[in-house]
Amino acid sequence: MNLHGIGAIYKFEMARTWRTLMQSIASPVLSTSLYFIVFGAAIGSRMGEVEGVSYGAFIIPGLIMLALLGESISNASFGIFFPKFSGTIYEVLSAPVSAFEIVAGYVGAAATKSILLGLLILITARFFVDYEILHPFWMITFLVLTAVTFSLFGFIIGIWADDFQKLQVIPLMIVTPLTFLGGAFYSISMLPEFWQKVTLFNPVVYLISGFRWAFYGVSDVNLGLSVGMTLLFLVLCLTTIWWIFRTGYRIKT
Amino acid sequence: MEPIISIKGLGKTYAGGFTALQNIDLEIQRGEIFALLGPNGAGKTTLISIVCGIVNPSQGNVTVSDFDIQRDYRSARRAIGLVPQEISTDSFESVWGAVKFSRGLFGKPPNPAHLEKILRQLSLWEKKDNKIITLSGGMKRRLMIAKALSHEPSVLFLDEPTAGVDVELRQDMWEMVRGLRDSGVTVILTTHYIEEAEEMADRVGVINRGELVLVEDKKTLMQKMGEKELSLQLPEPLQKIPDSLADLPLRLNGDGSQLIYRFDIKSENTGIAEFLRRLNSANIEFRDLHTRESSLEEIFVNLVHGARREHEKQLSGETQE
Repeated sequence: MNLHGIGAIYKFEMARTWRTLMQSIASPVLSTSLYFIVFGAAIGSRMGEVEGVSYGAFIIPGLIMLALLGESISNASFGIFFPKFSGTIYEVLSAPVSAFEIVAGYVGAAATKSILLGLLILITARFFVDYEILHPFWMITFLVLTAVTFSLFGFIIGIWADDFQKLQVIPLMIVTPLTFLGGAFYSISMLPEFWQKVTLFNPVVYLISGFRWAFYGVSDVNLGLSVGMTLLFLVLCLTTIWWIFRTGYRIKT
Repeated sequence: MEPIISIKGLGKTYAGGFTALQNIDLEIQRGEIFALLGPNGAGKTTLISIVCGIVNPSQGNVTVSDFDIQRDYRSARRAIGLVPQEISTDSFESVWGAVKFSRGLFGKPPNPAHLEKILRQLSLWEKKDNKIITLSGGMKRRLMIAKALSHEPSVLFLDEPTAGVDVELRQDMWEMVRGLRDSGVTVILTTHYIEEAEEMADRVGVINRGELVLVEDKKTLMQKMGEKELSLQLPEPLQKIPDSLADLPLRLNGDGSQLIYRFDIKSENTGIAEFLRRLNSANIEFRDLHTRESSLEEIFVNLVHGARREHEKQLSGETQE
């Protein structure tokens, strides 16, 4: 195992975060805080409780998930896309590092950044709304599992994308709508019955539901199903990455 | 002596059907400077990229320090440093950060003293905290070399190392490459500048249309394939070569002020004495004379043009059939 190699990629990617602190950390924390101010403190105070939880507190898990998914994908996709774009990928490909080690370095750094961001948003939320975490272990488990899974997904997008537009298209056109429609701002039980069934095809529902359960003990779907769906997506991403390195798809000729 | 790199039956055909390399057999000896020459698109970069693990071969096998580049890729790659043709760097990273990254990537523990030594050798130490984007083109190219040397490789690939650099920097790089060879590093370089190969290489390989046309010791190659010319500066220009000298291998330069006699270096009897005697008989005087050997460039051009003519001949033969 080339631990120095993994460390080099990981530190290099983390160094980029510190260089771009405003963009990587401050900006997502600020934009999520605006959600808390508008939907939590301002509008939320005039809304009733959802499943026994105040609206301001109810949306915290969904908002953290929204930031977590977006940042995990964006960090990991940019991390691998940029070396391809600038040509510096030659060094990684010619180094004595295995596919696993490359993925561990890039995805590990992307997931670390997202987890830090998620925790920062959680701390920031405290300034605007009161909340509780009934199951801290499961909260951390969902946070880590989602960050890793969507960083893997971002890595795949970064390999697939051959221009900046493609890099943005899946996060903006697919992931963000799925998160908004996945119960970030509402419980799916509030939807008409037909749309409740349709919503179950949205994988993000299971992430938000499980994460919210860790906070308040209320969920739209069963906890086991939430964990199972997250693990299934993780396995799908790992399989795709294994195939990418086996065939050299878009990284090797 | 055991070769440090052994290439056997190597071939590469891309997905679109283009054959970039075919049946390459080559051995690189430990501690030599090997120059790989060839026109654009000949397959030089593909060959280097396969050895370094960037491109997958279609057939054949390659060992570096006795390690197969596919089965024992970790050990093989640890031995290699690569300076690619394109200057590819992370613009916003510092010089120090870039070399530190390269060393770690190749599995080596931190060694600030070694990195400092390399940066000093390449006159980059003063710039160690500067962002790469602020460096000049020449400095960026030196940084690419520093990155490639950061993990102490025993084989260094330089793909067009002096493309686009000024004469002074080129001389510095040549000096540095010789220094590396003296320290035991094997250097394989591809170049368009034949003078670079002529200046530095111990052995030369010529690649054309994906085939290795020849591999030869540079001095032997120049002796074996080179010709020598004797040029006479005439006080009175000639319109044409006199009939009495027409049987000799002679030509006039553009304005007729130089008479050039071509002879074979290897031949025991160069015919110079006979030529000068007949010149005297023909009452042709000269005021100066000098001899010149053909350069590696002329040999290279002859080889590549010869191969091209052969290829065209084959193609026209096939068309007629």
